[in-house]
Amino acid sequence: MIRDIYQTVMEFVRTFGAFQLFFLRLVINSPYVLTRRFPLVVQQIFNAGALSLVIIMVCGLFVGGVLGLQGYNNLAKFNAEDSVGTFAAFSLIKELGPVITALLFAGRAGTALASEIGLMKATDQLAAMEMMATDPLRRVIVPRFLGGSISMPFLVAIFSVVGMFGAHVIGVSLLGVDSGAFWQQLRTALEIGDIYEGIIKSVVFGLVASVIAVWEGYNAIPTAEGVGRATTRTVVITAMAVLILDFIITALAM
Amino acid sequence: MQQTRSVELGTGLFVLLGFAALFFLTTQTVGSNSFSADDGYEVTARFENVGSLKDRAPVAMSGVTIGRVTSVVFDPEGLEAVVTFVIDQKYDRIPEDSDASILTAGLLGSQYIGLEAGGSDMNLEDGSEIHFTQSAIVIENLISKYLFSNSSKDEEE
Repeated sequence: MIRDIYQTVMEFVRTFGAFQLFFLRLVINSPYVLTRRFPLVVQQIFNAGALSLVIIMVCGLFVGGVLGLQGYNNLAKFNAEDSVGTFAAFSLIKELGPVITALLFAGRAGTALASEIGLMKATDQLAAMEMMATDPLRRVIVPRFLGGSISMPFLVAIFSVVGMFGAHVIGVSLLGVDSGAFWQQLRTALEIGDIYEGIIKSVVFGLVASVIAVWEGYNAIPTAEGVGRATTRTVVITAMAVLILDFIITALAM
Repeated sequence: MQQTRSVELGTGLFVLLGFAALFFLTTQTVGSNSFSADDGYEVTARFENVGSLKDRAPVAMSGVTIGRVTSVVFDPEGLEAVVTFVIDQKYDRIPEDSDASILTAGLLGSQYIGLEAGGSDMNLEDGSEIHFTQSAIVIENLISKYLFSNSSKDEEE
């Protein structure tokens, strides 16, 4: 019994260590891929970023709309409905933008990465590359990791801007908050530090979501079931990691 | 070849859109506090009570923002709060005997410094101090004054 617990804990620590080393290998190989294999990275930015635009923008619009509605209704109790822009901007830029984008990214791009790499492994494509003296890490894994990491900050920024547009549509066009008050209050309340906090979060979440996705795919058990499980684990682990890191970064930024 | 072109086009559009969004966030949503200590002059004022005045609070004259608070510290010698603020260089003709009071924007808004012009021929310059100040109005004090004045009336009756 105690032996089992001991082994489970040791196994967890070992996996965690292997994960760190894997991340380190990705980072070390990144400059090479960025300079010599840039077209591969562009392809992956397209897959992870440009193809996620639709879901990000639609979700951003509706999240912003909900913030507009909720903010207006609750702030109206204090006769402060002019602050709805501030409320929406703070929520979007500091929290909801990075977090929801990371969760959507895990669902849209992370799963695609994990299953793609897992299938490559199951069909021995990675082994075949090694036979041809091509490092699969440089050819397949690092470009996907970089593509995801580069895309995330842009996706977060687009999500936040579209969300503020959504809040503006609901608050100003529908509920009749004055457009000038909406923007003016927001501008006096927000500081550049708040924007940086959002950008730092988006960069960290992008790295984490991408590395978890490629790690799960790379270490998937090479069977149909194993690939399926890797895909599920990608979403679950990314969601947990992002929410925990969000708390830590917010606490540090206070 | 055609496929590579469209991928590159899509990626380019995506990245441009991303940069546009970042640009919007950093320039359009943050207040235009364009003046820093370089293009303005520093003035200090002593207050008995600054209320909840904070760094970066606006300094306004006739309702127009002309500067920003840079520091609020307590002076243990004079037992007063010393507020330092920077006024934009454009407004270099403010009479030296102007008075500063701490006001509140709206009923529950944030606090700011309001300057009221004096009549002196001398102007405020870098390092000068405003001598006529009026402290922030603390709501608790107002309430207690009101309560006490009411109770004293009751006694008279």
